[in-house]
Amino acid sequence: MWKRDEAVKPTVAPPTPAVQSQGGPAPSPQPETRHQTGRDVVNIGKSVVIKGELNGSEDLTIEGQVEGKIELKDHVLTIGPNGKIKAQVFAKALIVLGEVNGNVTATEKVEIRDGGSVDGDIISPRVAIAEGAHFRGSVDMQRKPGQQGQGMQQQRPGAQSGVPQQQPTPQVAQPLAR
Amino acid sequence: MALSDLFARRRKDDDGADDNGAAAADSPVQPTRALARFLAGIGNRQRPVLLDLGPVVGSNVTFFGEEVGCKILVEDLSKDIDRHVHQSKLEDLPAFLDKRFPQEAESIDGILCWDIFDYLERAPAERLARQLTRVLRPDGVLLAFFSTADPRSETRPTYTRHVVVDRAHLQCRPYKAARAKQRPLLNRDIQRLFEPLRISENYLLKTNLREVLFRKPAAPAAPAEAPQADR
Repeated sequence: MWKRDEAVKPTVAPPTPAVQSQGGPAPSPQPETRHQTGRDVVNIGKSVVIKGELNGSEDLTIEGQVEGKIELKDHVLTIGPNGKIKAQVFAKALIVLGEVNGNVTATEKVEIRDGGSVDGDIISPRVAIAEGAHFRGSVDMQRKPGQQGQGMQQQRPGAQSGVPQQQPTPQVAQPLAR
Repeated sequence: MALSDLFARRRKDDDGADDNGAAAADSPVQPTRALARFLAGIGNRQRPVLLDLGPVVGSNVTFFGEEVGCKILVEDLSKDIDRHVHQSKLEDLPAFLDKRFPQEAESIDGILCWDIFDYLERAPAERLARQLTRVLRPDGVLLAFFSTADPRSETRPTYTRHVVVDRAHLQCRPYKAARAKQRPLLNRDIQRLFEPLRISENYLLKTNLREVLFRKPAAPAAPAEAPQADR
């Protein structure tokens, strides 16, 4: 109970950080990054503050604060529950459990999970926003050709969220005016 | 575990009772006539822009993004109303609504108001309607629901999260509100509120809900230039 901070200590010290911060001042504390060799995930700890541009070629989890720009064009970016991002984000996929303030572009998907928050515009072909998530901004999903009118047959939101599947009783009256 | 923790947990459970998964699954699925008309109104446009004034619903974003190919702007007004209630600044709400929408004039193809007007008094409702009319494109559509039931019958004030099940059905999930619905609007009040928008469809459902689809009249065609005389 008294030693819970041990969990965030680096398990393996990275010889060279896979994530590069460009421009802006160096982060104030020593970057507490964790490189889990088995999963190829880089973790930026919650005491780390980065101002500037962040590029990478591995999946990345951010628990700290980043201001500026993040580019992980071919990889998954996860903003952990403690993560606070004030930046433009470009990634293959973005999973948000913390806070993102800025525009997001993802080539694959954006997921805002319960407790996650995004203030900004999202451009992504797939967007999933959990109930309990906060979102303010716009969503632009590029429609794939030939998909019109088929979306709901593939994935009914009611079925996904536990909507009772019984047929509702007809309750519609006639139009009043046209 | 301390006794205060137990009470805090109980309080939290009470507050979130309307939001949890079990409540969501039990929420009624109700038919809608106007949604299909609304979708038809924006479906034939190139990359339409949709403004949603309700709380963000992930499956709705997916529906409108994938089904209609919209760009969706989510502006949850219930949070703004709640904030003004909690700060006891409801008198500031009309002025707040005047500046609430940063969108350019005539930039939105469709607006989903859901039932937000039920929670507004006359002055803020007029300001909101004026702003929505401003941002709506000519020939754009606006969908709003109006309750016809007496709001005094409500035991606990709730908003409704409208989840699109399909083009003809909505699931209505209640969640906690800071203020109750106001006096129901009459048909002519609704019509005047949104002038110069025209009522395109008006359905009264057996659930005491009036679904109204408004359309902004198309801009008058520019007069044709007089043919120049040959010299």
